[in-house]
Amino acid sequence: MAGRAAAVGKAGTRALVLAAVSLAGSLTLLVATLVSLLLVPLGVGVLTTPLVLTGVRMFADRRRLLVLRWGGPPIPREYRPPTAGAGPWRRLRDLLGDPATRRDLRWLVVDMTAGFVTALLPAALLFYPLEGFALAAGLWRVFTDGTHTGYWYAFVPVSGQASALTAARLGLVFWVVAWFLTPALLSAHLRLTRAALAGRQGELAERVRVLTETRRAAVDTSAAELRRIERDLHDGAQARLVALGMDLGTVEMLLDKDPAKARELLAQARRNSAEALNELRALVHGIHPPVLAERGLGDAVRALALRLPVTTEVDVDLRGRADAPVESAAYFALSEVLTNAVKHSGADRIRVDVRHADGSLRIAVTDDGTGGAVIGTGSGLTGVERRLGTFDGVLAVHSPAGGPTRVTLEIPCALS
Amino acid sequence: MRVVLAEDLFLLRDGLVRLLQAHDFEIAAAVATGPELARALAELRPDVALVDVRLPPTHTDEGLQCALRARRERPGLPVLVLSQHVEQLYARELLADGAGGVGYLLKDRVFDAAQFVDAVRRVAAGGTAMDPQVIQQLLARRTGPDRPLSRLTPRELEVLELMAQGRSNTAIATQLVVTERAIAKHTSNIFAKLGLEVSDDDNRRVLAVLAHLDRDR
Repeated sequence: MAGRAAAVGKAGTRALVLAAVSLAGSLTLLVATLVSLLLVPLGVGVLTTPLVLTGVRMFADRRRLLVLRWGGPPIPREYRPPTAGAGPWRRLRDLLGDPATRRDLRWLVVDMTAGFVTALLPAALLFYPLEGFALAAGLWRVFTDGTHTGYWYAFVPVSGQASALTAARLGLVFWVVAWFLTPALLSAHLRLTRAALAGRQGELAERVRVLTETRRAAVDTSAAELRRIERDLHDGAQARLVALGMDLGTVEMLLDKDPAKARELLAQARRNSAEALNELRALVHGIHPPVLAERGLGDAVRALALRLPVTTEVDVDLRGRADAPVESAAYFALSEVLTNAVKHSGADRIRVDVRHADGSLRIAVTDDGTGGAVIGTGSGLTGVERRLGTFDGVLAVHSPAGGPTRVTLEIPCALS
Repeated sequence: MRVVLAEDLFLLRDGLVRLLQAHDFEIAAAVATGPELARALAELRPDVALVDVRLPPTHTDEGLQCALRARRERPGLPVLVLSQHVEQLYARELLADGAGGVGYLLKDRVFDAAQFVDAVRRVAAGGTAMDPQVIQQLLARRTGPDRPLSRLTPRELEVLELMAQGRSNTAIATQLVVTERAIAKHTSNIFAKLGLEVSDDDNRRVLAVLAHLDRDR
């Protein structure tokens, strides 16, 4: 009984939030998009449209997270990754050519109409009765002196204590309906959101295209990584070992002739080998941090936090370990997000929250810095998004000017 | 002095055995895996154990876990942990019991045989040997403005760094080429500035400094 009441209350409150967000947010973004598109012939639109559309995507991402968190189905995210180094025209064309963009805009229309109604209804069923009770309790006196109809509660004309009681009775009826229907109505809204926001026609084709793109990005990234490692080894440890061998050869020759010089060279050889080790250590850390291999993601994140110059609280709730590639991707993505926070946010406190729920690994990074972080060209967060893309992961950034910034990474995966 | 040594790579294990034997240590056992180490520690009761963090069969932090377990069963069992990389997180776990007799060094430190052997002896005697990289990480996090450490002079910071590694006043004096009296004076200044209680016991002094450095800001 109490459990059901809590569930109904929660569903009603969530519906209220969704109703407010869907009307205000979707309407604003839709108008902004249309205005921005009209401005394209004037030139201004070329610059503003990508910004607005990025806003739409962030809004849609927030909703994907909300739907998932509130028990709805996961909504696939199928945006094409931006072309590297594209000019503003190319970017605009890419964005407008992306079926996901058109789907987003369609969703905005659905969200501010049908979405608004399906969210408002369960909320109203729960909260409107409160007004009925208030009327019966004496609020009716504000509207009428008892001689005429001063107020309509739904279809009940309130003209005095008796009709106010009728209003309260109607409120009770609404509550009974809410008791049975509110959670179902909310989940209908969540399903509607998914239906509008997720691709339907050609969903598979789109999925294949996204996979091809993310795969290409992954292959490119790993090829670039290998090239970097090769270069680091070639110019670093390898060169040092060559020098070391040379020094030792010279030492061998000098041993009898000039022992003092030989000792000096030996010291140099030792320094070279120590340096080679340091370089190898740094390289290994960049490939796969040893603490990640030894302890898993939780402790690797704790160790990472200990290296940061900013006080960082870490809270981990993982029962098991994710697959090594997922752990690694999550670690490096988080590492990038933290580096960003330390470099740009000016925060003096960072909180990292790592947990696994509903089939997803979820990492939230909150800082008390100045905010204004965006996913976009040149921002480190774009790289993070690409990294996560390989694993169908989602990156959401909430960073109003003035802060605080909250970056959420989510990767669907299982723990073992 | 009897040593149990756990290192899975044959070359390194062999080298360490020779190095230690050359400095008159008795090798009670030189093993390659976690379970063997656990058995050797329980049965042979060595004066000090040298343990690689990563050991077979799991190739995770088996050596470290084994050492921590052995110290829980036999508090103060001297353990010197060796690794290819150092993590503050592990140092913290090793120091957590506050019992001393703990070392945590990069494997590279064996390059300097004299200092390495000195570290082994120090740990065996209940002292501490923390890798300079651990201490530098600790200090790096705490040297911003308005931090207690910013009140230290550069020389005092140098002394603090060596002290935190576990070195005695005599060793610090030798390294910095000053008198032991000068070091004692720096030490009492450092303790006063950090608000720590002065202790004549070298080991307790090191643990107090490490605890101070590792405290959350």
